[in-house]
Amino acid sequence: MYVAVKGGERAIDAAHAWLAEERRGDPAIPELTVAQIREQMALAVNRVMAEGSLYDPDLAALAIKQARGDLIEAVFLIRAYRTTLPRFGVSRPVDTAAMAVDRRVSATFKDLPGGQVLGPTFDYTHRLLDFALAAEGEVPPAPQAPARDEPVPHVTGLLDRDGLIEGQPRDDTPAPDLTRQPLELPASRALRLQALARADEGFTLSLAYSTQRGYGRTHAFVGELRIGRVAVQVDLPELGFAVEIGEVELTECDTVNQFKGSKTEPPQFTRGYGLVMGQSERKAISMSLVDRALRWQELGEDFTGAPAQDEEFVLSHCDNIQATGFLEHIKLPHYVDFQAELELVRRMRREAVQMQEAAE
Amino acid sequence: MNAILTGGFAAPSTQSAHAFRALLEAMARPGRIFAVMGAEPPAPISVAAGVALLTLTDATTPLHLAGAADCEALRGWIGFHTGAPLVAADQAQFALGGWDALHPLSRFRIGEPSYPDRSATLIVELDRLEAQGARLTGPGIETEARLSLPETAAFRANRGLFPLGFDCILTCGARLAALPRSTIVEDA
Amino acid sequence: MTDQAYNFAYLDEQTKRMIRRALLKALAIPGYQVPFASREMPMPYGWGTGGVQVTAACLTPDDRLKVIDQGADDTTNAVSIRRFFQRTAAVETTERTADATVIQTRHRIPEQPLAEGQVLVYQVPIPEPLRFLEPRENETRKMHELEEYGLMHVKLYEDIARHGEIATAYAYPVRVEGRYVMDPSPIPKFDNPKLAGNPAIQLFGAGREARIYALPPYSDVVSLDFEDHPFTASKADHACDLCGAGSSYLDEVITDDRGSRMFVCSDTDFCASRQAQGHRGRLSPQGATP
Repeated sequence: MYVAVKGGERAIDAAHAWLAEERRGDPAIPELTVAQIREQMALAVNRVMAEGSLYDPDLAALAIKQARGDLIEAVFLIRAYRTTLPRFGVSRPVDTAAMAVDRRVSATFKDLPGGQVLGPTFDYTHRLLDFALAAEGEVPPAPQAPARDEPVPHVTGLLDRDGLIEGQPRDDTPAPDLTRQPLELPASRALRLQALARADEGFTLSLAYSTQRGYGRTHAFVGELRIGRVAVQVDLPELGFAVEIGEVELTECDTVNQFKGSKTEPPQFTRGYGLVMGQSERKAISMSLVDRALRWQELGEDFTGAPAQDEEFVLSHCDNIQATGFLEHIKLPHYVDFQAELELVRRMRREAVQMQEAAE
Repeated sequence: MNAILTGGFAAPSTQSAHAFRALLEAMARPGRIFAVMGAEPPAPISVAAGVALLTLTDATTPLHLAGAADCEALRGWIGFHTGAPLVAADQAQFALGGWDALHPLSRFRIGEPSYPDRSATLIVELDRLEAQGARLTGPGIETEARLSLPETAAFRANRGLFPLGFDCILTCGARLAALPRSTIVEDA
Repeated sequence: MTDQAYNFAYLDEQTKRMIRRALLKALAIPGYQVPFASREMPMPYGWGTGGVQVTAACLTPDDRLKVIDQGADDTTNAVSIRRFFQRTAAVETTERTADATVIQTRHRIPEQPLAEGQVLVYQVPIPEPLRFLEPRENETRKMHELEEYGLMHVKLYEDIARHGEIATAYAYPVRVEGRYVMDPSPIPKFDNPKLAGNPAIQLFGAGREARIYALPPYSDVVSLDFEDHPFTASKADHACDLCGAGSSYLDEVITDDRGSRMFVCSDTDFCASRQAQGHRGRLSPQGATP
């Protein structure tokens, strides 16, 4: 006999207790510490910081632990925490030209001031499972070289000096804040970049890939990819100068793209830009390709209907927290709407059968 | 100086919650009068106008002060308690003043055809606020309401702009009522 | 017990002011969707973040809150949202429609008529009624601006041509005060007549889509239809098998794998109140009313 379902509250409590137990796994295996995740799962931590829009490796590591390694769930935890934080101020724009680079590669010039620095990269590793890691062996220290004591100017700056790439005049308009204002279209480039910086890595990657395959092609070269630490400075009006409050690790990508020009204007390369918190170069490169594809109107190109060119499509669907929430909500009860359709379909079927019979 | 620092909400989150519910009911039921409390703005500003300012305005809402409301004491009070930037009428999201001081009303924003919500809300200080006088009908009103409006022509003209137009919060002492742009106003 | 780490009703005061301003504009322009800076809430988008933000902006410590999902107080997401406000606002909660001052709902309007002094907050997934006809916000915004609702009528008419009737069973579009076409959220069209002339304030929150809209009390709300195909508020042609109600919206429950089913009120408070008054249905444990 059916009785109206009661006990939702008890079910929720029991489910949460079970979840906590599953999260811990076999208690005979030592528990992960947040510090272990922060140090040894650093790229996961970076992704959670970037898409969570909050630079705090410890909190990101905690979120990954709490989310059982589900990175989108971890991003969600960070986002929900972030919205409750008071805002003390706005930093100065960071100076990525002054970055202390761990990695810096250019695909456009064989050598350049500041040099090519391969850094800690998976590139050129053979993707062979390293069974030595399963044995938990210690890693021998990497060889050290003295830091190169020379500036590392941006490749795009070098091209700009010769007028070979579109200029990028300084713009001190305060950047809009996607988390404080409703998205309004058309969006400025600053707002698009802000959305892309926190966009889902997989979505951004696939869009960027689609431009390479011809859906809004922009002929991108990686002018430069750099990863390293930059100082964060805050103006203190009381003191009349800026103070450094810390450092953040960033990945920056400048692409040099398809040139434009006309009978009156000499041809110039164009730019795409990516900037992501932490070491996250797949995301930074993807972002710069999508940024460039979205600039079709400003650069007088044709809209070919490619998804990566479609600002509303990209900005409305790039956020994985919005996407996963709405996607997963369809597992919530929909008895009422389904019942409404069921009733409609049954009635229409009945009527169709009656009409058929009447016709016969 | 002291008058500037005092007169705000002592318990902002709950007092503003009560105040907002009164404002919500007022905007939902044009012409109906609600009592509010909790603010003590400097003279000549009413308690109700002070409550509306504390509940709705902050550093993100440009505010225009008209006539007697544009005084040193109130400017200081607003700066301390809400941080609302004081602006000219055509920039204002909120405006505060007596009915005559707010004129000409054409200065205020009425929204844009695709964003009619981007319009001003006028907090109108009145000497008298009673449920008698002009006849009000429209959304939020079951049959009709009566309200002692300073005039009807301006509200009729505003209704003619719908869905554009400004919206009014009418204040008198510790009582308020609202008159959104959607209300049809006729002479008594 | 409130959680002292958070402000009353969770949201910070600046956020509440922003939502409150949007709510007042929404009431002033009935049926128009006001963009608002929706916050990231500690529950997923699509699970009531819009409704939760509207409720948080409206609640006072004196309120009695009721939360329903599919008409029921005990569905898991309703339980979860009710708990959220118990924890962050320490408000009293109730399952009785008549006792509630604020009701947050997903997909239903309670059977018991609402009264003045009550606020009904709807959770809305897709606030734009034209969205499935035109996916682009820039386009639909223009259509609302110009009152270009022909596309909607064409869609409804195509339904009639194909199926002999308008084949929209829920989220059935309405016209508010003769101006804006509005999505009433995915309530069954059975509930549409209750939108009109309702003494309560009806507020709609769409968190992911960052829109708030409203119906002032006693608003004129008309379900779109055609003279030769008038709107009808339909439901399953049964009475409730537990309380015998013949005019309430019903859930269908499959009771075995041989085609047996029963129908019960989707509004659990309505059904329980009727049973407490002695009403019985076909399958009541105590047997049907004679």
